[in-house]
This record gives sequence, C-alpha cells and structure tokens, in this order.
Amino acid sequence: MTDEDRLELNRRQAVATGTAAAILPALAPAAVASTAAAAPTDGNVVLQINGVGHDLGRLDPRTTLLDTLREHLGLFGAKKGCDHGQCGACTVHVAGRRVVSCLTLARQVEGRAVTTIEGLASTEGSLHPMQQAFLDHDALQCGYCTPGQIVSAIACVKEGHAHTAEDIREYMSGNLCRCGAYVGIVAAIEQVVAQERAV
Amino acid sequence: MNPFDYTVAPSVDAAVAALGAAGRPPKVLAGGTTLVDLMRLNVEQPAAIVDINRIPGLGQIDTQRPDELVFGALARMSDVADDPLVRRDYPVLSESLWRAASQQLRNMASLGGNLLQRTRCAYFRDRQYPCNKREPGTGCSALGGLNRGHAVLGASDQCIAVYPGDLAIALVALDASIDVRGASGARTLRVADLHLEPGQTPNRETALSPEELILRIRVPKSRLGKASTYLKIRDRESYAFAIASAAVALDMNGEVVRDARIAVGGLATRPWRVQAAEQSLIGKPFTAAAAAQAGRLALEGAVTRPQNAFRVELGANTVAEALEIARGRA
Repeated sequence: MTDEDRLELNRRQAVATGTAAAILPALAPAAVASTAAAAPTDGNVVLQINGVGHDLGRLDPRTTLLDTLREHLGLFGAKKGCDHGQCGACTVHVAGRRVVSCLTLARQVEGRAVTTIEGLASTEGSLHPMQQAFLDHDALQCGYCTPGQIVSAIACVKEGHAHTAEDIREYMSGNLCRCGAYVGIVAAIEQVVAQERAV
Repeated sequence: MNPFDYTVAPSVDAAVAALGAAGRPPKVLAGGTTLVDLMRLNVEQPAAIVDINRIPGLGQIDTQRPDELVFGALARMSDVADDPLVRRDYPVLSESLWRAASQQLRNMASLGGNLLQRTRCAYFRDRQYPCNKREPGTGCSALGGLNRGHAVLGASDQCIAVYPGDLAIALVALDASIDVRGASGARTLRVADLHLEPGQTPNRETALSPEELILRIRVPKSRLGKASTYLKIRDRESYAFAIASAAVALDMNGEVVRDARIAVGGLATRPWRVQAAEQSLIGKPFTAAAAAQAGRLALEGAVTRPQNAFRVELGANTVAEALEIARGRA
C-alpha cells in the first residue's frame, strides 16, 4: 500500500474515523497522575479528574478548570469554543453536575470529583450509552461540540429534564452546535431515556 | 486576566473580615459565571478574590417555614428552580430561574450572585469603548450606538444599560428582602431598594457597600404565589437575555382582583415594579381590557430611541399576556 493509497480512504472510513475521534478522545497520559485520593496540601492544588488525583503544584489562581484539563493534563476532549460560558463545548461534570469549565477556576473544584468525556467509557473500553447513542443517530458533523454535548446530555437525563423532546431542547440549549446536528442530538438523548425506562 | 490573590473563606465571619480589611476590597467569588467572565475581559480587575463556596450552610433552601421562603445566598439557580414547593406554589420564582442562562450556568450561579449580575451592555463589556459605568466620566457609547436592547425605563443621560437579571424582577414583585452582613454589622433591605438607577453615578449599581456580603434572600409567603408567572420574551426561544419580561402575581376573589403585583424586566436599568399598573387592577373584575391597560401603565414614562422604541409596545403586551397566564392559574 502506497502513501497515496493510504490517503485515499473512502468517505465512509473518514467519517467513521473522525466520529470515533470526536466521541472518544484518546486517553492522554497525565504526567503527574496518582491513584491516591490526595487532599490539598501545603498550597499545592490537587484535583480529582476521572477518578485520578492530580497534583498540579502551585497552580496560578487564574487558571480555569478548562485550561487545566487541556494545557496541564493533556485532556483535550473538553473544547475551548467561546471561553465565555456561552457555547457549552467545555462542559464537564463537577460532583455529578454539569458546569462550564471555562468559567470555573481550577481551585474552586479542589476535593470535588470532575468527570470529563475521557472518563465516560468503561475501563474495558465499552462506550457510555450516550456515546453509543450519538453514534447511532449521527448526532454530530464536525464533532467539535460533541464532547460537551454528550457530557451535558448525560446530566440532562440524570436531572430528569429529558422527558419530552421539548424538554430536551430547553435543557440542552446551553450546548450550541454550529453544524446543526440538533435533530440527531435530541434523538440520541431520547434513545438513552427509552433504554433507561426499559430497564 | 490580571493576577489576583485567592483565598477561601471557611466561614461568614472570615469572609466579612476579608472584605472589610484595609485597602481595596476584594471581590466575592460565588458561582463565578459573571465575575470570571468579566475578569477575563479585564472589566473586573480585583487585586484579590474571596471564594465563599466552602462556607457551610450558606446554600440552604428552606421552604418549610410558615411565613417565608428562605434561600441561602449560595443556593444555586438550578436547585431553587427545581424545588418542588417553589415550582408548585411560586411559579414566578421557578420560571424566572429556569428561563435564565443555561443549565450549566444555573448549576454554577448562586442566587446572591445572580442579584448582583452586571449589565450585558456590549460597550460596558468591551474596554475599547467609553463607558460611564466602567470608567466614570468617559461617556456613554450606547446613547449614539447600537441600543436596540437598551433601557427605555429608568435611564439617564449618563447610562442606558439594562439590568439583565430575571430573578430580581420576580423578587421585587413578591416583596422579597435580603439579609446582608458587613464589617459594621448586619442589616436587611428590600430587594426593591437594592438596585440603583444610574442617574449621574452609573458606576454605583447597588445600595450595598463593597464590604457587605449577602447572606440570604427572604420571600414572604402569600396567596399571591400560585397565580403567578415570569414571562420572558427573547430573540430566540431559549438561553437568551430578555428583550422584555414581566413578573406578575394575582390574588383573585372569584372574578375580582384582590391583589396584584407587576414588575417588568429587560426594559429598565433596575428591576421595575409598577404599582400604578397594580392599582389599576385591584378591586375590579379581571378582563382582557384591564390587563392590556395595566400593560400600558407599566411602560408609562418610557423614553425611547429609534432602535429600541418597539420594545414599549412589546413590554406592554408582555405584561398583559403574563397577567392572562397568571389569571389562568388562579
């Protein structure tokens, strides 16, 4: 297979590859990871991200949770869209609740469990039902907003704000999708709600 | 963002002490949804911030007292919006909260911080433009600029920026008050007296001094809660600031209005309670014509500019429609 051949991926493969990249960002090795549930000590900032304690040293108080994830820990799933809390691309869970990480200072979440898109799949690698539902419904095009959409959608269902399509649209309005994949996003969330009802 | 000192206050006493210390008072960090945003724009440049999020009990929601609802200053917008009693008996409060911002922001933003939310005037938020609110004496860029969304009520020749919040509109309609504490002691003030009109000092936005901390919001329980609504008109269906809004509450005796509350939002420089509009309804049968008349009275005194003139009729119609919705809940 020549280099030219390799570049000639058919469209279907390209879409599948891109989709996988959007839904399941590679787990980045965190240089300072430890499994101990470390508590804040002597001024060092210690964050619990996806079940792992990270000692970030004397982190500048200005550092947001989003910049900490992306610039210090190599977790690139949460995206910096607007950096003003308006687009939802940076959505993560803090203590089980969805928040925008761009307006959250890292120091505010010390001692609180943070979950990002990278922490959703099971340790064996199987996708979270919401990730699978986004794939099933083609609930994305470029994929940039997708990690935020999925993290937000999981919380939306857990909060009980996903009983109707109208509810879903209202309570997902903090996640913008410039590609306009909203129909697929609503369908994906409805699928997860239906699955949970069936259990 | 400029550097700042960051301290966590473990108690109200510690927070009040930090705020009252000598020098430029620090800024309080609660949800951070306004403060961090404005710090990033360098509109806010505090030398220090005091994080109050770890103060125990400051976020308590107590709806079980016989005479009042009590919301701790750190209660989050989403939690109060979803409180079963608030939803059932005070829909105006619940709606004013869930129709604001997005669920992510509501999970973060505190009620105390929401009351103190600063204007969304684009000239205030952008330091390249003169703004009397941000830098007194530099001029108001909105007067001759893009002012479609600016205030038609309560403005001055110095500032026409809208107060952007929704909850405060509902709170003034329900005669709510806040308990605050500062270095010189505790006091209670009506939410109606919290926000100031710009006048000649648009940089002064509230009656609080910089070292005072809001502890809780108290809403008197009354029959006015159930037949109430917060109607919010926006440029898009969800997740937008009001271009006109109305918080209304009715107490009906059959077809006759026993008591009425009307406050408008999105149109004024501060939460705008309109007692003349309320009085026009009280003691009379509720009719569509009476609701329309109350709507017109609510916008009386409006001063418009070509871009925002349409919002007077929109505001009057919003009040009238809100009254019809509230009537339907009586």
